[in-house]
Amino acid sequence: MSLRVNDLRVHYRTLRGEVKALDGVSFGMADGEILGLAGESGCGKTTLGKSLIRMDGRMRHAGGTVELDGRELPVGDDRAMVAFRFHEVSLIPQYSMSAMNPTRRIGRMVGELLRSRGVTLDVKELESRLDLVGLPRDVLGRYPIELSGGMKQRMVMVISTLLDPSLLIADEITSALDVSTQQAVAKALLGFRESGYVKSMIFITHDLALTSHIADTIMVMYAGRLAEKAPSDRLTKAPRHPYTRLLINSLPEIGVRHQDRKLTGIPGSPPSLLDPPKGCRFRDRCPMAGEECAEDPPPVEIEPNHFVACWKA
Amino acid sequence: MRQYFGRKLLIYGLTFVVAVTVNWMIPRFMPGDPVASMLARSRVSQPAAVEAMRAYYTNLFGFDQPIWQQYLNFWGALFQGDFGISIWVFPTPVADVILGAVPYTLGLMIPAVLLSYWIGNRLGAFAARRKLLDNTVLPVGYVLTAMPYMWLAVILAWGLGVTAGWFPVAGGYSFALQPSWSWAFLVNLLHHWTLPFLSLFVVALGGWAIGMRNMIIYELESDYSNYLAALGAPTRLIRRYAFRNAILPQITGLALQLGVLVAGALVTEIVFSYPGLGSLILKAIQNQDFFLLQGTFMFIVIGVLLANFIIDIVYVIVDPRTRAGMAGAA
Repeated sequence: MSLRVNDLRVHYRTLRGEVKALDGVSFGMADGEILGLAGESGCGKTTLGKSLIRMDGRMRHAGGTVELDGRELPVGDDRAMVAFRFHEVSLIPQYSMSAMNPTRRIGRMVGELLRSRGVTLDVKELESRLDLVGLPRDVLGRYPIELSGGMKQRMVMVISTLLDPSLLIADEITSALDVSTQQAVAKALLGFRESGYVKSMIFITHDLALTSHIADTIMVMYAGRLAEKAPSDRLTKAPRHPYTRLLINSLPEIGVRHQDRKLTGIPGSPPSLLDPPKGCRFRDRCPMAGEECAEDPPPVEIEPNHFVACWKA
Repeated sequence: MRQYFGRKLLIYGLTFVVAVTVNWMIPRFMPGDPVASMLARSRVSQPAAVEAMRAYYTNLFGFDQPIWQQYLNFWGALFQGDFGISIWVFPTPVADVILGAVPYTLGLMIPAVLLSYWIGNRLGAFAARRKLLDNTVLPVGYVLTAMPYMWLAVILAWGLGVTAGWFPVAGGYSFALQPSWSWAFLVNLLHHWTLPFLSLFVVALGGWAIGMRNMIIYELESDYSNYLAALGAPTRLIRRYAFRNAILPQITGLALQLGVLVAGALVTEIVFSYPGLGSLILKAIQNQDFFLLQGTFMFIVIGVLLANFIIDIVYVIVDPRTRAGMAGAA
């Protein structure tokens, strides 16, 4: 087991109280596994990703533990986490386009970053990784503004994985890209795993179609909790949670016109996490909701590696 | 690059022409007749003599020519470095009067601008995101920057000069001394310089510190700072990058502030009777000395334009993005 998350709770401090963005999430990841983390905006997927590497000033670790390669990650302790960052856990952020210091040449910035982490820059290694993602070697002598969006994205991917982290968190990295660039990014991620640059990976996205291509396992979250987690093809072909089903049904299909089949969405919106309702959080929007849904549904392993948190599953 | 500087030079050239024209116009359309006041000062009572003198002076200053001819003459003389002859200290050439005052103004301005800029930026950057320091630097900075230069000058003159008696409150050096390169004179010069310098320095300091503090906070919350922090980079590195990026708007700020600083220096000089350009302007106005006034303004205009041009060049050096823009890439 590479990563083990137990009942992780992370709250956001706001003026109106604590928003329970992550409210008791447990899951595990095997060595070399790519986990696709899906769900609509505000379901807690980015919060989960951030919690595993660096919480921002408004986030508070409210409970639960995280274990990486048998060692406990001090997720709530900003200082103690420093030793793990970059070396063990690394991040490709949502904002790759602006992730590099605009007034430093890229090569110099990478050198300074590595030196500050007590590592000397291996130029040969760096160049071979640039080759892997198809970047010309002279990007190191350029400023970030001189790169296109796709190039910046790949450059950040190379920087983030330079120290061969055990866990890589890729947060919505394909959201702003066109389809062919998305494919290139997905391929590069798989290449990183094959070359052993990263052991396992959490791929956060709201694009179920793309994630089913590259992820081994998909985990769907809803309102700060796990809804369903299953191997990719099982989850896409035989989803058991009503939310997953609706999510997959709401994907548009190419070639199907609006007149022939209306695009169905999921009516309603997720509950406020400031004071979440008791019981199943999807109850208000769920077409199958019944009496028992007033109780919290625990995640149950209905088949090997297939977890569902629903009474009806 | 050449196109960029070509455009900049064109703008500075245009500004210069407009400034010279306005500069030429203001004293001429000011009420009062300088020749009449010179005649009054000479206390000649015979009408014939007065008339002769009027004709002589009018001819000497070129007032007998049509106004457009005077304007062209002004430009012609300007390119020969001839600002005319002072009326106040007749018959010294204006250029000599100004050159005598310029070292005092520059000696006051340059250290005040550069030191306040440097220390203010360091102070602001240091205070940003450090609660205790921020809570002191910010309010003190606001108080300092809200103070008018001359008001602080008066307070300093009264407090440290008149009451405490530590510093002289008037003049560029003691009247008992003759300007020379002796130690005694230099120490005396420095002693007289301290209060005017301090009043300029302190007011400017507050503004820079506040600006820098705000910029650093903005930069520390930017994406590249967050990314570095997520990769475990130490605060030292992140702050260094933030400072480098936050200084860019501050450089623009310096260009914008120069005019204000010059004006502040002029008023401060008057408060301390410091023998620089500010005192000269006051004298020129009091004596309706067109040429001196024009010459002094000219000097200030040239100085501010030159300083702005230097800042433009510095900006291109420190921000790679302006260079990329010049090459035609987005």
